[in-house]
Amino acid sequence: MRKMIVGERKPLAEIAEMLEPFRKVCVLGCGTCVTVCLAGGEKEASETAAALTLLAQKEGKDLEISTHTLLRQCEYEYIDDYAEKLAEADVILSLACGVGVQTMATRLQDKIILPGLNTQFMGYPLQQGVWAENCLGCGDCVLDLTLGICPITRCSKSMLNGPCGGSQDGKCEVSKDVDCAWHMIYERLVKMGMESRMETIQPPKDWSTSHHGGPRTIVREDVRLENRE
Amino acid sequence: MKTESRLEKVLNAGHFAVTGELGPPKSSDIETLKHHAEAMRNHVESYNITDNQTAIVRTSSIGVAASLIQMGLEPNVQMTVRDRNRICLQSDLLGAVSFGVKNFLCLQGDHAKFGNQPQSKNVNDLDSMQLLKTFKDMRDEGIFIGGEKMDHPLPSIFLGAVANPFADPFEYRPLRLAKKIAAGAQFIQTQCIFDIDRFERWMAKVRELGLHKKCYIMGGVTPIKSIGAARYMQKNVSGMIVPEELITRIKGAEDKKKEGIKIAVETIQRLREIEGVAGVHVMAIAWEEVVPEIVESAGLYPRPTV
Repeated sequence: MRKMIVGERKPLAEIAEMLEPFRKVCVLGCGTCVTVCLAGGEKEASETAAALTLLAQKEGKDLEISTHTLLRQCEYEYIDDYAEKLAEADVILSLACGVGVQTMATRLQDKIILPGLNTQFMGYPLQQGVWAENCLGCGDCVLDLTLGICPITRCSKSMLNGPCGGSQDGKCEVSKDVDCAWHMIYERLVKMGMESRMETIQPPKDWSTSHHGGPRTIVREDVRLENRE
Repeated sequence: MKTESRLEKVLNAGHFAVTGELGPPKSSDIETLKHHAEAMRNHVESYNITDNQTAIVRTSSIGVAASLIQMGLEPNVQMTVRDRNRICLQSDLLGAVSFGVKNFLCLQGDHAKFGNQPQSKNVNDLDSMQLLKTFKDMRDEGIFIGGEKMDHPLPSIFLGAVANPFADPFEYRPLRLAKKIAAGAQFIQTQCIFDIDRFERWMAKVRELGLHKKCYIMGGVTPIKSIGAARYMQKNVSGMIVPEELITRIKGAEDKKKEGIKIAVETIQRLREIEGVAGVHVMAIAWEEVVPEIVESAGLYPRPTV
């Protein structure tokens, strides 16, 4: 899996603070996206548990820590398989993304689930140790217009009609570390002989298909189970 | 349809136009700004009022425009898409027109990261191109975004946009200007011109595309107040090119401020020689008091009666 939800573990002090009222803690890794981005898999769950144990010892706190890793915290069937093993803990520190944390909290109504990560974005590994955001999930993909470079995500101003006046030497005004998406789009269109596309005035975007339209649900009647409750 | 905009009348009459710029303060006390406006009353056609420039909270552009109109002066209200969604932008246009604003400049706006509220949400519901087209449609078609008819048509307004010949990709920049004209830009103000050779190369392409005949292009001129100011623009202001030779020249001058003014005047004189340049936009932010001297030294005073 190359595409993924990318996260970063919260600072240990913040985690320790949210765990303050609890004694039996389960640090729960997630085996999919956050494993690949080295933020919340089995290895990170063990490391986090070890660091918390050390901190508790230092502060003289009685903390009982267990660790487990679920293949996917964002699917009920995987959670259900594991529910028994989680029964002991007062609290579960989930190292899944926000989706996993919430799915867990929905499925395990009697448990307290706390987030151990800051979920960052949908992206891909640019190189070893570097991840880049490249999709905002706006619900109305425009990658056909730009030949595979998303201006909504990768232009700091989500512009749809070309680069702003802050683009210089291929870089965004926001940071020399950020490539100007429209500079890249322009060069790609030129390469493909399709730069005349940039002459079309793209109308205001329909943001109602994105989160701005409210929380989204997809219903696929064709794959729903008939006797679903 | 013609507006009563003085700026538009001067440009339509074929005069070389001059606009000024006023940056609202970080307070509601705009007395100093009004004083500066008064001091260049007879030297500029109209005044750009910046819209929370560099993403720093200031008195609103439209608020200051109301004061200028009370003084009998003409504002060019700058509107960025950074802080307002389409509901607010269309509503603010109506509000500003309701008390007599005639000139609007449609901008994207610096990223909020540069300002004093870097944690804020950048709105960018529309982009600058879409803002131009929206205002054009409100004026020419009497419709809002989405096609709903307005209760009454908008009185004519004069629509402006910016162009930056110093941004990249360089070869795309004239095409971007063409797109802005298609979206509704009637006048253009450029980024501050220090690298005039590059500006001339840009203008050559603009003329080749015939764009100078489709809109009025006003060259941006900023007097350099000090070496520090020049270095700041060179290194920290996005989309600017300040050639090293210019800084060397000021460094070598006995009276550095005088040299800065001299360079601005020379720039204006050179711009007047370039075919297709219809005027200058003098941006002397935090040095407004020198505008009359620059305009007079450039031979642009008195301003024409229209």
